[in-house]
Amino acid sequence: MAKRDGASLPPEVKQTEEPSELLRELVAHLRQNRTQLREEWVVRITETRLLTAMTKEEIFAEATSVYDSYVEALETEAFEALQAYARNLSERIIPRGVETHEVVGIVLLLRDVLARSLFAKYQNDFKKLNRILDAYEPAANRIANTVAVGFVQERERVIRQQQEAIRELSTPVLQVRERLLILPIIGVIDPQRARQLTEQLLRGIRTNRAKVVVIDITGVAAMDLTVANNLVQTVEASRLLGATVIVTGLSPEIAQTLVTIGVDLGKMNTVGDLQGGIEQAERLLGYKVEKLAEPR
Amino acid sequence: MEVPILKQGAVLIATFQAALSDADLNQLRMGLVQQVVKFRSRAVIVDVTAMDVMDSFASRTLREIAHMIRLRGAETVIVGIQPEVAFAMVQLGLTLEGVATALDLEEGLAYLNEKFKTTN
Repeated sequence: MAKRDGASLPPEVKQTEEPSELLRELVAHLRQNRTQLREEWVVRITETRLLTAMTKEEIFAEATSVYDSYVEALETEAFEALQAYARNLSERIIPRGVETHEVVGIVLLLRDVLARSLFAKYQNDFKKLNRILDAYEPAANRIANTVAVGFVQERERVIRQQQEAIRELSTPVLQVRERLLILPIIGVIDPQRARQLTEQLLRGIRTNRAKVVVIDITGVAAMDLTVANNLVQTVEASRLLGATVIVTGLSPEIAQTLVTIGVDLGKMNTVGDLQGGIEQAERLLGYKVEKLAEPR
Repeated sequence: MEVPILKQGAVLIATFQAALSDADLNQLRMGLVQQVVKFRSRAVIVDVTAMDVMDSFASRTLREIAHMIRLRGAETVIVGIQPEVAFAMVQLGLTLEGVATALDLEEGLAYLNEKFKTTN
């Protein structure tokens, strides 16, 4: 055996590996044992009663793609790709009724299953196990974090979308005659909805070339100062677009509120009910409605 | 900046550009009234379609133009205020009170037509 410089290295001292080498080694191990580890994970998921909204086959299918993405993220450290994957996955499973705690739960379970298999593999070499965990843990934590954040972001996006849809639906701007729009408001108006209402109405005036708008607030129970002022502003802004606004359906309570807070009612054209408001609007537009026969 | 002023019979049509300085607006105020006198116009339409902002100075100038022109016995109609601009204006309390407004040039002319019919 050739000697180096007259000295020889003691057999038990090995060179420490580069962290990237360790990562490659553990990724190889995870890929090699993919089938078995994935199976173990799915069993744990069912045991802890997570993803109850999905069938066994669905869980298995999703588990496969999550496992592969997990291992790939460990290998490439491409966390943006993982976040995009997480959002995409969330888009699929949120409509199925999967909750945040379930998604975080299954990712942590996978983390545990993989960590246990590393313990098992390196149980005879404690120092190496430590080094492997040093490489594994930060990456695994980042993965869990990324997936959870991706899921939550997607949930928030869906909620925002739904809120927007609800707001649009609840304030329809309706054309009932040439140049005449009706805006029936129902329910609670908060400042944000009030603002959205004004913007929708102004756009509607321009699109439909409306000359008269009837805003009916029969369905509005109460109004605070901010919203009352917004109503006045809506009337004023509509005038700047050449349209006259008639407000109908003020309840006694709202009438009281408006008088108490000193809203300048001289700026507002009001009529008792929607029917009266439409009749006045028709007069303003030069219509005359004539009854020709009795209803059949 | 030159603001084009067109003559359409007894009506003058002034088309405001997007970025008018305070100096431009001051010039316009005098210029428009002089044109009304020169052509013996009965009305002025100020088209602000191109303006994507309307500050308090511009708003006040428009009201002053309308008042001065009324002293010459002529009517002013402001047309083309954009929805977003209208919203921003009323939030600042700029309501152009006392000045006639219409959706666009077509509506402005129709309004004047009606007005002249009934006053003749």
